[in-house]
Amino acid sequence: MVLFMSFIIPLLSPICSVETSDKTLSSSHVFHQVIHHAMKSKYDAIVIGAGHNGLTNAAYLAKSGLDVLVVEKNDYIGGAAVSRELHEGWLYSNCSYVCSLLRQSVHRDLDLTRHGLMIVPYSGTTNFSLNGNYIAEYGDHDMQYREIKRHSLRDADAIHRYETDLMRYAKLIRHFLLRTPADPTSFKPRDLGEMMFMAKKFAGMGEEQVYEFIRFMTMSAGDFLDEYFESDIVKALYSTSSIIGTALGVYSPGTAYVLLHHVMGDVDGAVGAWGLARGGMGAISNALAGALQEHGGEILTEAPVAQIIVKNGSTTGVALEDGREINADIVVSNLDPKRTFTKIMDAGDIPSDLRKKAENFKIRGSSGKVNIALTGKPDFPSLPADHKLRNGSFQFLDSMERMERAYDDWKHGRWSDDPFIEMTQSSVWDPTLASPGHYFVSCFIQYCPADVEGGWTPEKRDAFGKTVIDQICNYSPNFRDHIAHMEIRTPFEIENEIGLTEGNIFQGELTIDQLMFNRPFPGYSQYRGPVKGMYMCGSGTHPGGGVSSACGANSAREILMDLKRPNVVPEDDVDE
Amino acid sequence: MSKYDTLIIGAGHNGLACAAYLAKAGRKVLVIEANEQTGGLAATREFAPGFRASVAHTLPQLNRSLVEELELEKHGFKLAVDSMPTVAMAPGKPPITITPDSLQGASAQDSAAYQDYRRLLGKFADAINPFWKKRPPMIADGDMGDLATLGKFGWNLRRMGKDDMREMMRMIALPAQDLMDEYFDDAALKGALSWDCNVGSKLAPRSPNNAVLALLLRMSGDLTGGLPLPAGGAGSFTDALAAAARSFGVEIRCGQAVEKVLVENMSVSGVQLAGGEQILATTVISNADPKTSFLKLLGAQHLDVQFTHRINRLRNQGYVAKLHLALDGAPTFTGLDSATGRLMLTPSMKYIECAFDEAKYGGYASDLPMEVIVPSLVDNSLAPAGKHVLSANVQYAPYAVKGGWEAHREQFLANAIDTLSQYAPGIESQISAAELLTPADLEQQFNVAGGHWHHAEFAIDTWWMNRPTYGASQYKTPVAGFHLCGAGAHPGGGLMGTCGANAARAILEDR
Repeated sequence: MVLFMSFIIPLLSPICSVETSDKTLSSSHVFHQVIHHAMKSKYDAIVIGAGHNGLTNAAYLAKSGLDVLVVEKNDYIGGAAVSRELHEGWLYSNCSYVCSLLRQSVHRDLDLTRHGLMIVPYSGTTNFSLNGNYIAEYGDHDMQYREIKRHSLRDADAIHRYETDLMRYAKLIRHFLLRTPADPTSFKPRDLGEMMFMAKKFAGMGEEQVYEFIRFMTMSAGDFLDEYFESDIVKALYSTSSIIGTALGVYSPGTAYVLLHHVMGDVDGAVGAWGLARGGMGAISNALAGALQEHGGEILTEAPVAQIIVKNGSTTGVALEDGREINADIVVSNLDPKRTFTKIMDAGDIPSDLRKKAENFKIRGSSGKVNIALTGKPDFPSLPADHKLRNGSFQFLDSMERMERAYDDWKHGRWSDDPFIEMTQSSVWDPTLASPGHYFVSCFIQYCPADVEGGWTPEKRDAFGKTVIDQICNYSPNFRDHIAHMEIRTPFEIENEIGLTEGNIFQGELTIDQLMFNRPFPGYSQYRGPVKGMYMCGSGTHPGGGVSSACGANSAREILMDLKRPNVVPEDDVDE
Repeated sequence: MSKYDTLIIGAGHNGLACAAYLAKAGRKVLVIEANEQTGGLAATREFAPGFRASVAHTLPQLNRSLVEELELEKHGFKLAVDSMPTVAMAPGKPPITITPDSLQGASAQDSAAYQDYRRLLGKFADAINPFWKKRPPMIADGDMGDLATLGKFGWNLRRMGKDDMREMMRMIALPAQDLMDEYFDDAALKGALSWDCNVGSKLAPRSPNNAVLALLLRMSGDLTGGLPLPAGGAGSFTDALAAAARSFGVEIRCGQAVEKVLVENMSVSGVQLAGGEQILATTVISNADPKTSFLKLLGAQHLDVQFTHRINRLRNQGYVAKLHLALDGAPTFTGLDSATGRLMLTPSMKYIECAFDEAKYGGYASDLPMEVIVPSLVDNSLAPAGKHVLSANVQYAPYAVKGGWEAHREQFLANAIDTLSQYAPGIESQISAAELLTPADLEQQFNVAGGHWHHAEFAIDTWWMNRPTYGASQYKTPVAGFHLCGAGAHPGGGLMGTCGANAARAILEDR
């Protein structure tokens, strides 16, 4: 722990006092102050859930001058953007593990750098094949061309076209991330204006590209990749982003968009790049908490909400599970829409059709995580020990067919014997996560069912973990020898700890029926709930999952508009 | 100087409908058909002595306006059944009969849900029905007509009211499974209702973005509002179309394959037949699928690279096999007095999905989802007295089956008959002849590349202004005088002649 402190002491911000709980270790330099008793009985606004969107939302409400309280069920903040010392000497980003979608303008506007946030770009993904070959993804275009040429000259020639097309769509969609979706059924000037904005951006691409984009948005990633590439391993490399967190296969229509969802972010303006938060993903939440507290907001942990209180069609506050009631005229739920409307709102307080929409909301668990503390650097015989790619992230997939077969297993309620794994060697890029010679690796697994026959048990969870390690050992025979500790998380653990229904990492599937003005439900896409004063700010709202802060920021803008207060939420950066 | 100003390649229903409309407007039209018989996939053919069947076997999408404008009834077209019920079958369970108005044999809850489901889908169908019969618009570079089409489209959606418009924009993207699960409980009912969401495409109940659109296309017909069965097989519809076309002065030459389309100075000048004969005309309309039309008949040398790329990438591998059985007597299906409906051997959506799982990797399931009709029960012209014809669409039969269809034909047929016998015990002993048409057979016998029902996948990414692709979506192509009128154009596959009629209108307006 002292080791981590050495990184943070020089940067400590004078406005924050320090508190660490024994379960949570933040390596970033700003610590948040959590309280165990709400200081007041009434606030201007209460935000339920101290995930990154809840903290963003609360920070903007506080910045506008409102008296804000964030209530959190866990004894640590951050939701799925956390850093936790689950094994002594190792810091785990045990849920989300990489960062790209975080809105730069929010980062700047809330001064998150001063509050301790530093995004470290990383690159170099190696995708191993069972036959000992591999294909790597480089940041450098010429390197990428040469690498793909090893597998197929035709595919190497296609890569420029592929990247250009994908980037064109990414740049289009980026216009809409920090904006509230228009309601296409509305004649209100604001909605018509937003529709015009959207139409202009679309038409600006030119006739041909408009059609190409419509096609792209509705087709499968498999079909999309088949149009560019012939080599199985090249397609496998690029297909993986299309099903991460998604209860669909690479050949299911709609997955091309999920692919785009994973390239529309940026690191310092480099669109499509990914980075790591120094100190683990919790550094993002801690920095947001720092910004919130700087503006006078409070955070109450270990305070699970039992119900949003509604009186005469307006919300008046929340009732905690321990019986305490805290009042506020504004209540914002950062919980997923299903949980919000079926668990913490009384059926009698909301329209019956909304209840039905929430029940039908697709929030399917399809991903697992295995977080591993390693005492040495495992060998991957396909790569020489000193190869630059040894520091990147690893995938193990020869063909999209293997991925599709893993999806078939998921459909039938079991995990695959041949799971897809994305292994990020976080500590190679961020030395605050493990001591020298030690490593922390985060393994993301697709697919893992939310429910298995007979329900999840610790034994089944461990069997799932063994399947994952066995798969890694197919490519790194001595991997197992280095394991000091590992944490296995199926959707069951994710739901129970973080509160994401079915363990869905996006707070709801990213399919067209749940995107833009359909997210989370048609008619409720502008962050307003069914009763006065109640709002949503989680990833279940537009623009969806990922550590983006966009949902929380967009929601804050709408709340301030309803309160007739000046907007303090920034516009998104515009790509040149 | 040529005798003709317009040549149409292929005498399928769309080629014939297009020819009839153009000749009616004064064009001198020649239709050239490679097969000996007109009708393409709709032709009624004798597959065993005395037994007749057609590949396309029902007419859900047929429009009254086309039947009336071309006076098809005068030319012999009539229906054997106006509206055939659909029957959801599951072994060991009583069947559920589905008609456009109601369910029989279903739970009270499902029956009530069906009313809501039909009301909403009916509303969606009413809103978009006019657009199936119109030229798709261009979005940015369109003319006033396109602008009017887009405006009307927006207006029709808004006119449904806020709630229904919102529901439509959400439901249009739902997979069949989620759609059915939102409304119904009974597994067999859901299986049967989900069939029309995906049949003919490489999609299954869990595939998003296609289900509702496909249902709306199926609901675009207005001849009866239900599922009509033509007397004399589907071929009687194309025979009537051919007769109508001829009555307007169309000439039809069968048994002559077009080898290539002739192009001079970026404009069409005629066609060359397989024997070398050249026929000149300034307009050539292809009823063939887009890949055959552009890559085989026209030739990529006349197209720019991007356009050729867009044609190349069209998905056109068929996944439906057609089964025709000659039966010695009427088949007996467990639980049914008479097999006069469209029998859905789809006990659940999972059953369909599992069959799809096999086909994705080039295989096929042992339990095959099927849509079965016994048309001879209501139309005695199709089989000798006392004998019967069973006609079935069988999914999923991948065009590119691993090992090739010659190696798998027997096994697939055996699987299909095994599946049938689970519902009609003893049917195997009634079979005197069987014809199995795999997608590879459809390609070879009917010149449809990939053997795909819709000529190119019917899905939202190849719909409306994206059908078959940008640059060819308004029945015109980059080569002046070369047009499309087949199922690869808007609105897509299904026996209705609408693509042909739309093409004829667009071509006439263009001049």
